[in-house]
Amino acid sequence: MDLLEYQGKQLFRAHGVPVPDGRPAATVEEAVEAADELGYPVVVKAQVLIGGRGKAGGIKVAGDRSEVEAHAGAILGMDIRGLTVHELYVERASEIAEEYYAAILLDRTAKKPMAMLSRMGGMDVEEIAATDPNAIVRIHVDPLLGFSDFHGRRLAFEAGIAGDVVRPVSVVLAKLYEAFAEEDAVLVEVNPLLVTADREVVALDAKVTVDGNALYRHPDTATFRDVSAEDPQERMAKERGLTFVKLDGDIGILGNGAGLVMSTLDVVAQAGGHPANFLDAGGGSKAEAIVDAVEVILSNRNVRAVLFNIFGGITRCDEVARGLVTAFGQLDVKVPFVVRLDGTNDEEGRRILAEANLPNVTVEKTMDGAAARVVELARSAEAVS
Amino acid sequence: MSVLVDSGTKLVVSGLTGREGSFHGMNNRRYGTDLVAGVTPGKGGQDVEGVPVFDTVHEAVAETGANTSMIFVPPRFAADAILEAADAGIELVVCITEGIPVHDMLRVYTHLRRGPTRLIGPNCPGILSPGKANVGIIPAHFFSEGNVGLVSRSGTLTYQIGNELAQRGFGNSSIVGIGGDPVQGSSFIEIIDLFQADPQTELIVMCGEIGGEDEERAAEHVAEHVDKPVVAYIAGFTAPPGKTMGHAGAIISGSKGTAQAKAEALEAKGVRVGRTPTEVAEIAAEIAGATV
Repeated sequence: MDLLEYQGKQLFRAHGVPVPDGRPAATVEEAVEAADELGYPVVVKAQVLIGGRGKAGGIKVAGDRSEVEAHAGAILGMDIRGLTVHELYVERASEIAEEYYAAILLDRTAKKPMAMLSRMGGMDVEEIAATDPNAIVRIHVDPLLGFSDFHGRRLAFEAGIAGDVVRPVSVVLAKLYEAFAEEDAVLVEVNPLLVTADREVVALDAKVTVDGNALYRHPDTATFRDVSAEDPQERMAKERGLTFVKLDGDIGILGNGAGLVMSTLDVVAQAGGHPANFLDAGGGSKAEAIVDAVEVILSNRNVRAVLFNIFGGITRCDEVARGLVTAFGQLDVKVPFVVRLDGTNDEEGRRILAEANLPNVTVEKTMDGAAARVVELARSAEAVS
Repeated sequence: MSVLVDSGTKLVVSGLTGREGSFHGMNNRRYGTDLVAGVTPGKGGQDVEGVPVFDTVHEAVAETGANTSMIFVPPRFAADAILEAADAGIELVVCITEGIPVHDMLRVYTHLRRGPTRLIGPNCPGILSPGKANVGIIPAHFFSEGNVGLVSRSGTLTYQIGNELAQRGFGNSSIVGIGGDPVQGSSFIEIIDLFQADPQTELIVMCGEIGGEDEERAAEHVAEHVDKPVVAYIAGFTAPPGKTMGHAGAIISGSKGTAQAKAEALEAKGVRVGRTPTEVAEIAAEIAGATV
């Protein structure tokens, strides 16, 4: 789960990472109130979960109240790369002397935490890596031993940062690691890590991703989940315990198991089709789960045809077939379905479907055959409409 | 022969008294796996269909000589259960549990690397050596004994590919599900090495998906250390970047970890990559035909 800047900074404060004073605001009035409290100049920052806020005009310095009003009014409701701004963060402006880059993340390949520091902060980290790969110092940390002082010193000296801030930067790195480990984060990124004109080290930005599987240990962080920013269809699926990702095509997909569903999307794409979603009904899918899944898939108006691809292991094909029959009884299904059932109780499942004689349901024997058929049906539906 | 589990496997199940644990544990026993014990703290002295239940893994090992553990406990207790099994001297731990916090797994993984215990999973379907033993949730009736070693990050996709292979007359030495999490106990390379050393295995099929760099590293490794033919499949060509596709591990950022990059890395090292599960089986049949 990605956190907004001000939420990340809340975690930073809790672990002693210095951040400028600031307040979240959802309206122009709240922004003005926050700025008055903080004292001018302030920075008005769009709170959206995407990079490039500054370039898009989502971060503005305000020297007085009228500027806060103008900037807050312009930024609230602004579209930044497809995301609407609903929240602002108003922060005390800092005088910039140096800009560094610092991050702690999970290195999947090494299966260890990795700490990074660069003296070339303030720009895109991919840009830094491309311009001068040696400018980013990376070291691994043993998760059982944690972050030692020497890790911080090595990073600071090897990155070649200003000599007078080696010590405070090392301390900030240790605290960032503490936040990473204790908050169950998979990414903690600060860009820029600022040295102010007074030679103070502060985190000017915060990009934090926490592990959704560990939220039970962090009830406060769990409340950061912003349901209003989620896609309504994805939210509906989540509420029903289904794993769903919306895509931009017109063929609804349901399968069991993440790998098989991914593979199904690929096979449909190779047959010339465009999947409308990823939906994993999960292991041991019962009939009710299938009804829920059909409802979620059909709530997307772009869907012209639906493919069920089931390989029953724990999941029983007869349960899936019963679920589909129930769904057709409860819902007004207007689009054609292609169903491929293989594995546990597949013959029983096909028998149930044959007996129900549902309109618009084609049963296919193989995954490739089913993909070809559903693409054909989606095309003819497109031709009609 | 086979890898990891066979007729010498003596299985202890952590969480045997739970609904899932008893269902799959008993399934494994019906298949012929030597299920010797269950562990549930506070339920020591009870039994599940005649299988004795102990309070601790240490006690189960001392009483029954268990050498393999299967973990079926909820995510927040799973890391502890893995550590307990390793501490009790279990050689192989198979963790089925899905949704374990990644920091828990970082600590567990780092600790286990310093000792003799091997971990498969978490978030995996387990291991099946057809005709010998089944440890996990793989539906065994689809698979017969044979010479294909199958290693996969996904469950149902493994069944799909295994079934395509079966329809062309292939059986399996072992099927190993390594799991879909970012930090898994064993990676492709380690399982491929086991298949390389296993006399029964003549062909290796690896089934990967988007995310991480395990498939790319396996490609390098196969080129240098494996002389048995390897066929690969990668799921997730159409996955949009930045989205998690169900498995916590299956997320791509930038060009790293895309299905395209993985397929290219494998093909560059001479590993043939099937674009559909059907094509994987066709390539396998072609290779087997050529080597007979």
